[in-house]
Amino acid sequence: MSERAFEKLEILADAAKYDVSCASSGSKRQNKDKGLGNASNGICHAYTEDGRCVSLLKILLTNHCIFDCAYCVSRKSNDIKRAAFTVEEVVDLTISFYRRNYIEGLFLSSGIFYNADYTMERLVRIAKKLRLEENFNGYIHLKAIPGASEELLKEAGLYADRLSVNVEMPTETGLKLVAPDKSHKDVIEPMKYLKKEIIGFKEEKKIIKSTPTFAPAGQSTQMVIGATGESDMEILGMANYFYKKMSLRRVYYSGYVPISTDNRLPAIGTPVPMIRENRLYQADWLVRLYGFNVNELVGFDLPNLDLEIDPKLGWALRNLHQFPVDVNTADLALIKRIPGIGLLSAQKIISARKFKNLQPEDLQKMGVAYNRAKFFLAKSSPFALHKDYTSEQIRQQILTLQNSKYVANFSPQMALF
Amino acid sequence: MATLIYDGTYQGWLTAVFDIYEYKFGDVFFSKDDAPAAVLFGSTHLVKTDEVKAKRVLNGLMQRLSTDAVKSIYKTFLSEIERVEEVMWRFVKYVFAVQHNVEEDLSNNAVRDVREAAKFVHRETHRMKAFVRFKLTNDGLFYAMVEPDCNVLPLIVNHFKNRYADQRWLIYDTKRRYGIYYDLEAVNNVQLQFSEATGNSDALASILDERELFFQDMWRKYFGAVNIKARKNMRLHIQHMPKRYWKNLIEKTTGGI
Ligand code: SF4
Repeated sequence: MSERAFEKLEILADAAKYDVSCASSGSKRQNKDKGLGNASNGICHAYTEDGRCVSLLKILLTNHCIFDCAYCVSRKSNDIKRAAFTVEEVVDLTISFYRRNYIEGLFLSSGIFYNADYTMERLVRIAKKLRLEENFNGYIHLKAIPGASEELLKEAGLYADRLSVNVEMPTETGLKLVAPDKSHKDVIEPMKYLKKEIIGFKEEKKIIKSTPTFAPAGQSTQMVIGATGESDMEILGMANYFYKKMSLRRVYYSGYVPISTDNRLPAIGTPVPMIRENRLYQADWLVRLYGFNVNELVGFDLPNLDLEIDPKLGWALRNLHQFPVDVNTADLALIKRIPGIGLLSAQKIISARKFKNLQPEDLQKMGVAYNRAKFFLAKSSPFALHKDYTSEQIRQQILTLQNSKYVANFSPQMALF
Repeated sequence: MATLIYDGTYQGWLTAVFDIYEYKFGDVFFSKDDAPAAVLFGSTHLVKTDEVKAKRVLNGLMQRLSTDAVKSIYKTFLSEIERVEEVMWRFVKYVFAVQHNVEEDLSNNAVRDVREAAKFVHRETHRMKAFVRFKLTNDGLFYAMVEPDCNVLPLIVNHFKNRYADQRWLIYDTKRRYGIYYDLEAVNNVQLQFSEATGNSDALASILDERELFFQDMWRKYFGAVNIKARKNMRLHIQHMPKRYWKNLIEKTTGGI
């Protein structure tokens, strides 16, 4: 490898970077037989200048593609330099980076060259070589190419920790508009198949210990946000469907970065909808970890999340009748719902209140955003400062508070990790 | 006020705690035996590190606290924050003063201080797992230089041992002048003498594997290529990768050795 190697890496890393999924956790692969690596804890080894985590070598096998999705740099009609790695090159690069502690593993995606199976077969070959020949136990995330055969998907699951098929656009109409070669069905079918296999292998492992693991970190998908006109209700509704019906581990939201002059899409220079993306991650978080229902956050009367305030505060303001809450007596589920109190602080409150009746300053010490929470806390002593504000008054006061600090940075990873 | 002079080890500090109860000292002040003597007030007591005494204190703590909380005392020790011994002592005194487990009593300053120090160490431990960058020498050793704020090497041994079981590696703390070295069997603490010549980049290049610089450049290339300019956010970048670590991070240096 030489000059051409640098060039290839540049092209194929550049083309892969818009795929936002970066997580390298959720697998419990152990180092075995004194081999190389493990995939037991997700570590971000570096952060890009845009503040996103780098934990995997995320590259395309090739950016040659027979499809023409308008939002994608690799699309057939785009006049760009093309490159392709060999199987050996990807393996060598992954191992050499991993041994130097640059990465947690490999995230391999690809443009579709020739056809789906031809492409998928190469992705699988790389994973297989890493596992069987290099005794590599680091993290491997493979993209499942829509349309690939079930045999190949099955093999992929045996060597990869996670598989993902990107849904790309939250609605079929949106997808058809910008990716005429694709349909949701092409994505849902492999997802369904993988779901079935993941569950099957797990069940079997319970009975027969020697059953190999199958995509132990599960499946994920990604939706592009703001390229087409979907509402947050449609986006979160789709995500909910994936969590509930497809048992997906994660849905990623990727604010569209304009890269093409195609009149079906926002023009180059249109700002990336980062605040909206951040709000979607917050909502997703509330659903997965705080016990909220999607329809508590968005609905037909309220199709989009409020960009000015976070979804939890938004919910609280629409539901003032549920407050004030007394943190000294309320149960965990309700405490978690108080704006300004996160999961950790909620648990700390439950533990600490066994020792004493908690005062406002105790909450502050525990990392509660008290200036925000105070509007929702019980007026019974010692929390005496609660007045009967209207939602609008609370909203304004909290907004003033927010703006007096620096205007928040919006990135999914800041809010999540 | 009694000043307890101990040898600067964790065992030594635990022994000191034993002595405090044994000799019924009231207010105490800790000093390492290599510290300048000028700070000593009142009477002094020389602590003789004793494994049995240390163990008894540790057992006492384990009876009253969760494993995590006992560990957090050790982590606090490694934090090397100012007057760390007193911070630990205030907590331990509270633990032994009452019968029930106090580790969740976050309204208590001593409990909170230890928790915060442990968290500080925990965060840097995590960062060191991330920010170690190995370079490969021509005799097959992967070595890395680090300069953490806290003394975290003891806390990352297992992580690296489990991960890089099939390669020899060395992680060297340039600030504390010792390293951990894995020889494919076990990990040991090592001290190194750097010769004049190692400061010279030609000499370094000659000990590196022939492909080492190529992979460093590839990594820099990769790091540059994955950045999305339209989303640039240096504030966040620096928050995650504080500048004080940059000199040992290949992707934040311009090249050469
Ligand atoms: S199929 Fe994938 S790589 Fe090809 S143009 Fe569409 S999104 Fe891009």
